[in-house]
Amino acid sequence: METLIQQIINGLVLGSMYSLIALGYTMVYGILNLINFAHGDVMTVGALTSLTAALLLQSMFPGVPGWFILLGALLAAIPVCVTLSLVIERVAYRPLRNAPRLAPLITAIGVSIVIQTIAMLIWGRNFLTYPQLVSNNPINVFGATVTQTKIAVISLSAIVMLGLMLLVNRTRLGRAMRATAENPRVASLMGVNPNFVIAATFAIGAALAALAGVMLATTYGVAHFYMGFLPGLKAFTAAVLGGIGNVPGAMIGGLLLGLIESLGAGYIGQFTGGVFGSNYQDVFAFIILVAVLIFRPQGLLGERVADRS
Amino acid sequence: MFPQLRNNPTAAWVAMFVVAAALLALPYLAGMLGNAWVRALAFMLLYIMLALGLNIVVGFAGLLDLGYIAFYAVGAYTYALLASPHLAQNFAWIAQAFPDGLHNSIWFVIPMSAGIAALFGILLGAPVLKLRGDYLAIVTLGFGEIVRIFLNNLNSPLNITNGPQGITLIDPVTIAGVNFARTQNFFGLEVPSVYLYYYLFLVLTLITIVICIRLQNSRLGRAWMAIREDEIAAKAMGINVRNVKLLAFSLGATFGGVAGAMFSAFQGFVSPESFVLNESIIVLAMVVLGGLGHIPGVILGAALLALFPELLRHTVTPVQMALFGEVIVEAEVLRMMLYGLALVLVMLYRPKGLWPAPEHGVNPVVQKHSRLAA
Repeated sequence: METLIQQIINGLVLGSMYSLIALGYTMVYGILNLINFAHGDVMTVGALTSLTAALLLQSMFPGVPGWFILLGALLAAIPVCVTLSLVIERVAYRPLRNAPRLAPLITAIGVSIVIQTIAMLIWGRNFLTYPQLVSNNPINVFGATVTQTKIAVISLSAIVMLGLMLLVNRTRLGRAMRATAENPRVASLMGVNPNFVIAATFAIGAALAALAGVMLATTYGVAHFYMGFLPGLKAFTAAVLGGIGNVPGAMIGGLLLGLIESLGAGYIGQFTGGVFGSNYQDVFAFIILVAVLIFRPQGLLGERVADRS
Repeated sequence: MFPQLRNNPTAAWVAMFVVAAALLALPYLAGMLGNAWVRALAFMLLYIMLALGLNIVVGFAGLLDLGYIAFYAVGAYTYALLASPHLAQNFAWIAQAFPDGLHNSIWFVIPMSAGIAALFGILLGAPVLKLRGDYLAIVTLGFGEIVRIFLNNLNSPLNITNGPQGITLIDPVTIAGVNFARTQNFFGLEVPSVYLYYYLFLVLTLITIVICIRLQNSRLGRAWMAIREDEIAAKAMGINVRNVKLLAFSLGATFGGVAGAMFSAFQGFVSPESFVLNESIIVLAMVVLGGLGHIPGVILGAALLALFPELLRHTVTPVQMALFGEVIVEAEVLRMMLYGLALVLVMLYRPKGLWPAPEHGVNPVVQKHSRLAA
């Protein structure tokens, strides 16, 4: 029972981070029909920037509580990620908007590789220890242990996602985004500037990725140049699971994927009699991805079919 | 390609003779610069095979496959398991049947590698047939990762792949009693092992090229291109889209499998390290840089990108040592960055590649994605 609760908590923590990254994929896909492969790497840059900023702030203001330093690190990471994402959009995706489908996909892969190598040049190829800014004292919940960081991750991502829902559904920008996703040409006839909306989408996605990157690095205590690749891939799976292009779908998909992964990794050993262990954790996401694409390509909440063009 | 040769058989024969002589002499010329260059040439031929295989899937049929290296891995591990002591060391019943370990003839192992890789191609292809380009890319990427994760973890409870340590002591190629791992003496001419492998790979590459050209001009090749340009129109013309796509996946995988088997024999060692995602992307970069769907272009792209790291190693490090007195950017890092940049820049400025297909209609990039045509 304790393991179950523990795994559910871990799954929720993991899932909240997947949700935040998945939102970036799903919003861009909804508007541009493009998988932004570099999104996971934007997250990496966010985590690494916040690491540098946190170390700097710690040495400059030694007496300040950890929460403030973490907040400062986050505030440093967000503009860097937003700028990076806007540059990527402007340089690699915008010129190819009317190009054949394969073209932006291939540039996206190229951009992802370039960011990875640049991150490696700046921060080195080793695992870096993320400073312990928030107390790591375990809190007992029904026999399972939770840390302050984990509680903060879950609650903060809930608040952010609520805010995003309000933004998309209640504001002028949100309406413009939904209109562009529906039909970009008609939206631009109605006075929506598609370039602005697309840039705004990339910026919001990048800010969420920066947040997820900081959360990932603080939760696991490490950061390195390749850390964004697998979470990025899994977040994409989460977006597909929830129905790509669908904002609440990405949130639900992310949480579900986190839970499946963490419960699966926790129990696969018992179910298979020790043949498969938790080292197969990463396989779950891909199996879910293939299964969703075969049996319900529109995802859990999506109405559109995957085969539109 | 060269119209002046088309109507002049004598000139064509002379040209072919010159090219053949150059290819045969190449390892000896490269050998003067050091054995590393001969190795690089042998690897270049392996990469050409891989790029031609991937070109069938991406260039001809227009299906973006980001997990292509998985087939290379499957071929390599098939060879490694069937021609090394590994299985006999770990399974008593195999050891009973083959006390020295499995050492099968390459005439059995290479077809097995090709066949099992083709089977994996169908396994991957079957569930993802209906997916559109970008979904397909992600699923194939996931497939490549799954294969690697399994290779990494299948050392317990049954030790099949020996996990991250990989499989060692793989048999070299032996044809008609000639062991490719040793320096051989033919009529007084010393031919070292690397050179032998170069010639073997050269023959295999030529076979691959011939098959690819024949495929391109066949009914099947035209069907692939029809699907690439417009799947619905192709279906309306009576093409069985499902079977034709599966054939693209399995034929592409076959070439990957053969190249993998050769890699395994050449190295004598395989481990999951060699089959990471970056390798898939390198092969894709070769195809894209050379010219999607154009066989000479793909060969050019593969040759350039395969020899490039060797060139970098000989220039970047000494130049940095001379300028800064230390190595700031390692050649390997720079290589990956330049590959990434190449993907971006080629797509932005030369989307048909360095050596694009000349004819109309052999262009993989006709179908417009025009949601934002405004």
